[in-house]
Amino acid sequence: MSSFLEVRGLVVRYGGIEAVKGIDLDIHRGELVTLIGANGAGKTSTLNALAGLLKPAEGQIRFEGELLTSTPIHQLIQRGLALVPEGRGVFPRLTVEENLSMGAYTRKDKAGIRTDLDQIFHSFPRLFERKHQKAGTLSGGEQQMLAIGRALMGKPKLLLLDEPSMGLAPLMVQTIFSVIRRVASEGMTVFLVEQNARLALQAAQRAYVMEGGVIRFNASAEECLNDPRVRSAYLGEES
Amino acid sequence: MDIFLQQVINGLVQGSLYALVALGYTMVYGIIELVNFAHGEVVMVGALVGLSVIERMAARGDTGWGVIAIGVLVAIPSCMALGLGIERIAYRPLRKAPRLAPLISAIGVSIALQQLAALIWGRNYLHYPDVLANPQFHIGGAVITQVQLVILGITGILMLGTWVIVQKTALGRAMRASAQNPSVAGLMGVNVDRIIASTFLMGSGLAAVAGVLVGTYYGVGNHTMGFMLGLKAFTAAVLGGIGSLWGAMLGGLLLGVIENLGAGYLSSLTNGAIGSNYSDVLAFLMLIGVLIFRPSGLMGERGSEKV
Repeated sequence: MSSFLEVRGLVVRYGGIEAVKGIDLDIHRGELVTLIGANGAGKTSTLNALAGLLKPAEGQIRFEGELLTSTPIHQLIQRGLALVPEGRGVFPRLTVEENLSMGAYTRKDKAGIRTDLDQIFHSFPRLFERKHQKAGTLSGGEQQMLAIGRALMGKPKLLLLDEPSMGLAPLMVQTIFSVIRRVASEGMTVFLVEQNARLALQAAQRAYVMEGGVIRFNASAEECLNDPRVRSAYLGEES
Repeated sequence: MDIFLQQVINGLVQGSLYALVALGYTMVYGIIELVNFAHGEVVMVGALVGLSVIERMAARGDTGWGVIAIGVLVAIPSCMALGLGIERIAYRPLRKAPRLAPLISAIGVSIALQQLAALIWGRNYLHYPDVLANPQFHIGGAVITQVQLVILGITGILMLGTWVIVQKTALGRAMRASAQNPSVAGLMGVNVDRIIASTFLMGSGLAAVAGVLVGTYYGVGNHTMGFMLGLKAFTAAVLGGIGSLWGAMLGGLLLGVIENLGAGYLSSLTNGAIGSNYSDVLAFLMLIGVLIFRPSGLMGERGSEKV
């Protein structure tokens, strides 16, 4: 079976420093796959390379069989890739509604956009209540919901999430993860980069574990949860 | 005659012209944080292109607002092409350079355009042909001319139009998004380069209209006219809070009124010790005063609406 997203030999360098040292990844249609690892393991660099935010030094990224490596960043959304960046990246001085419209920037189907906007407001009542508020005035969790909603407005085929739990209160983290689970259960392919390994593994079907710029191993999320190495390194348990 | 009212009217007219030019500064600054010092020269080119067209038509005996309108309609695409060219050649290659580099490049473009204009139009003051009857109207104890009324009307419409585009259209939304976070705007599918170019396009179009109106109002044009005008409009933009549309409008009007009140009263208030030619000093003193108490300008705040 050919992958939906296929990464081969990806290398990312910053000057002389190699942050990602030739990794392979495969994501299949409809999966929720997570990439876990410690701070500085190269997770965000990997994701940014996938999303076109930085140019890989080496390697190939294929999406639905086509090379992505030379696609200009503003055309990726039309190819079906949406990234929810680390730190959420909402437009602070646009209203909630304007932020969501920006997600649908490349779409021309006005009626469809309207329906999807209503759908998002239905799934995130908090955003509906605050739709005329500036996004910068929202709480961190609300901004994360907004960032996810905004990405969904582009009708992506693959949703890339970078550290969605970062800086959020525990209760809000639970809410965000239930949102991610719901989006995935509705058929969206999701690639989730996350430091909170336990939550990520509980939500995902498969996991890649990254350390020092390489993939240490990949397995089903369940195996990872039971793997002594993962348990000691990432789940904070004595082995 | 009511001097106060008269100076306020003159000030509002002059100020609305400043505001039109200030919009160009503030929009470009809002999106790429660059002070486009060549913007005053774009206004100058607009004025002189308009002058050439109007001169030719006047020589054939054409008169009236139609002549001015055609001058404006030729000046707009000329200035838009110029603005796009400046962005493409002088600023875009320096987008990732330290901030001083594009500033120096801007000053270079400004000097180059002045000299180029001197080659085309000569170094003398050129007279805008008299193609308008320009009747006067009396209100209160003051006089307002038809040209002044038209300037107020056109600038009002253009300012409102600019606000509508920036606040209410998809293009404007993309401009504001690109100003706030260009890389995330890119993720949304926005071609940020193109958005920046359209900002220059809009600013240059406004500059063209301002140029022809300035020429029509004051009756002269010259290759150096963009310098002081640009400086004043930039002052207006900073006064109002650079990056803010309303700030540019308010700053322009305020600057125009203060300057004209200064010109009207300085001499009599000081028994002639300080002449009306010090009104520029007054304008810049006011800028300094405002910036001491509100460093981000009248309408500008940390979270001001940019573009």
